[in-house]
Amino acid sequence: MSVRGKQVVTSFIKSLLHKISFGTLFAKKKSVKLGLYGPPNGGKSTLANRITNDWLGEDMSSVSNVEHETREIIIREQIIIKGKKGKELSFNLVDTPGISTRIDYEDFMKKGMKRTEAKKRAKEATKGVIESIKWLDDMDSVVVVLDSTKDPYSQVNITIIGNLQARKIPVLIVANKIDLKRSNMELIKAAFPQYEVFGISAKYGTNIEEFYEKLIEFST
Amino acid sequence: MVTFQFVPFDSIAKLNSRKRVNKLLRIVKNNKIVILEGRLTPEEEAHLIERTMAEISHPRFSGIELGRIEYSQKYKGWDAVKHKLASMLVGERRGLTVIGPATIIDKIVNNPSQFQLFMK
Ligand SMILES: Nc1nc2c(ncn2[C@@H]2O[C@H](COP(=O)(O)OP(=O)(O)OP(=O)(O)O)[C@@H](O)[C@H]2O)c(=O)[nH]1
Ligand SMILES: [Mg+2]
Repeated sequence: MSVRGKQVVTSFIKSLLHKISFGTLFAKKKSVKLGLYGPPNGGKSTLANRITNDWLGEDMSSVSNVEHETREIIIREQIIIKGKKGKELSFNLVDTPGISTRIDYEDFMKKGMKRTEAKKRAKEATKGVIESIKWLDDMDSVVVVLDSTKDPYSQVNITIIGNLQARKIPVLIVANKIDLKRSNMELIKAAFPQYEVFGISAKYGTNIEEFYEKLIEFST
Repeated sequence: MVTFQFVPFDSIAKLNSRKRVNKLLRIVKNNKIVILEGRLTPEEEAHLIERTMAEISHPRFSGIELGRIEYSQKYKGWDAVKHKLASMLVGERRGLTVIGPATIIDKIVNNPSQFQLFMK
């Protein structure tokens, strides 16, 4: 092998070694996972899309008015949001399937789906709920997304928040859909007095800048 | 006709979480509404939902409805310490937990002032 050849090989090996050590360095630095949790239809995926659109210019999830649209965990890595005071927050955003205690495929048929499609969706939805629960342990902080037009005292809400509390995972409650007339954020505040409740409209972007500030404050 | 089955806390106190959940789910899958004395831990509730999802099979079992009736009176002083310790060791005995099959319960509405069971 020529001298030149040797040099190329050693520099290749060097850069390889560099890459490997760099890689392990990064692997050690655990990336922060921010989870979006809540019952179906609260607007988790709408909020996820709002966040990725604002900071990356693209959608990450599919949105629907039919419950259980999200049936698998969806992760968008390396989102960096910048606050007004120059603070930054870097995280992996995790959109989760809505958690419910009952799933009936006939409910999907009432929304216009064919039987086979509805059955498939129901089957996938049950698996999605299990996946959401399993992933709870992996979260570093969680935004619980609640539809502020709905009764906040549902057992699913209490179970989700109770589990986050038991695991000592920081929780921010978002009262979503404040653009709607029936929205009642005060009721959510009354139901979860020990938590910070923040009102937004994920769909129309109301209060979203303030939400990012809150997120930075709450996660750093 | 609707059957309620009362489950005294003592009958689950010595069971581990897995067995507690299995016992309650078995009753619900027999189309009865469980009235459990006391409460499940959040982890047990999550486990109950996981088991429920795994066992859904139409049309016989489409899930559960859960609710709770809180016991609002608070213990004071030494009694509060004893109660806290006991609830950490064996679980919360106060209040009631209602678990029923989604095929017969439409929904449960419970806020601090009332408990409503809507049947299908
Ligand atoms: N008016 C209004 N509608 C909203 C808002 N956010 C979401 N929605 C609507 O609510 C419905 C459910 O939104 P999703 O984002 O799919 O809800 P999700 O929580 O991801 O639901 P699952 O994936 O089923 O758990 C859709 O029809 C959305 O357009 C909001 O801020 N205002
Ligand atoms: Mg979704």
